[in-house]
Amino acid sequence: MNKVDLVAASQLKTDIPEFGPGDTVAVHVKVIEGDKERIQVFQGVVISRRGSGINETFTVRKVSDGIGVERIFPLHSPNIVKIERVRRGKVRRAKLFYLRGLSSKAARIQEKRDKQREEEK
Amino acid sequence: MVGIIGRKLGMTRLFTERGKVIPVTVIEAGPCYVTQVKTKERDGYDAVQLGFQEVKERSLNKPLLGHLKKAGVKALRVLREFRDFQLEEPVSPGQEVRVDIFRVGDLVDVTGYSKGRGFAGVVKRHKFGGGPKTHGQSDRWRAPGSLGQSSFPSRVFKGLRMAGRMGNRRVTVKHLEVVKVDPENNLLVVKGAVPGATKGIVTIKRQ
Repeated sequence: MNKVDLVAASQLKTDIPEFGPGDTVAVHVKVIEGDKERIQVFQGVVISRRGSGINETFTVRKVSDGIGVERIFPLHSPNIVKIERVRRGKVRRAKLFYLRGLSSKAARIQEKRDKQREEEK
Repeated sequence: MVGIIGRKLGMTRLFTERGKVIPVTVIEAGPCYVTQVKTKERDGYDAVQLGFQEVKERSLNKPLLGHLKKAGVKALRVLREFRDFQLEEPVSPGQEVRVDIFRVGDLVDVTGYSKGRGFAGVVKRHKFGGGPKTHGQSDRWRAPGSLGQSSFPSRVFKGLRMAGRMGNRRVTVKHLEVVKVDPENNLLVVKGAVPGATKGIVTIKRQ
């Protein structure tokens, strides 16, 4: 490991679930208001994941009351308590910025299914 | 005052306990060795000369090797002087200076040579606005504009900002907070940016 990465190594999380673009995730964010602390859940589609190591971030997009909302989270931020993968998406791009120009029906993403699991059923 | 010589390794980021991101620069600082102690009586001023970065003996010239031999240290490439250098005990030649002279939370000044930009125009060098891009303009995009008046004074004033060599000069950034000290790996982590390119030599001082 190079010495620059070494500095931030202790802050890297090890319990990050596998998820990628197209997946729907629920991000549990710690919100600090004054001296109170609470957990807020932000659920939406992952449209981008970029960077590496401590610099890695991911973008979650959701449509709230007809208005598109995007949040960029640093993956290793201590304010992210939990990341839950709600649904896997079948997409053919690493960055789903094209979703910004689409709405409702056109912005749907097909669910990704494992072949093996299908056969078991 | 204490100081040390280091090598800029690059930037990364760290999170605070509250989840705030702070940009940090990682510096490989030390180990340095005291190569000479200058005194008011002999040299006219008080200072301590430190050496950094071990090299092969054959890459240094004989006068320099002789100077280092006097202090009883290995072949060192970089020598820098620090005025009013003071540790808890008096320093003597040959003594080792490590990063642990710094504590987390210290405010330090970092000096280095900025990245050279070569011969740069006024837009880059002095943040001029340049000319308009449209409305029938040609060759005026990054031009400096007028240099002065007319028949009076019939000359260009001294010190007028023009194109020229930019960067590669000594720059000091003051009051950077020490975020982390790692004596095991000789690493010093300060908040914010530090002059110069990666692998550049910097000196770090604390008042």
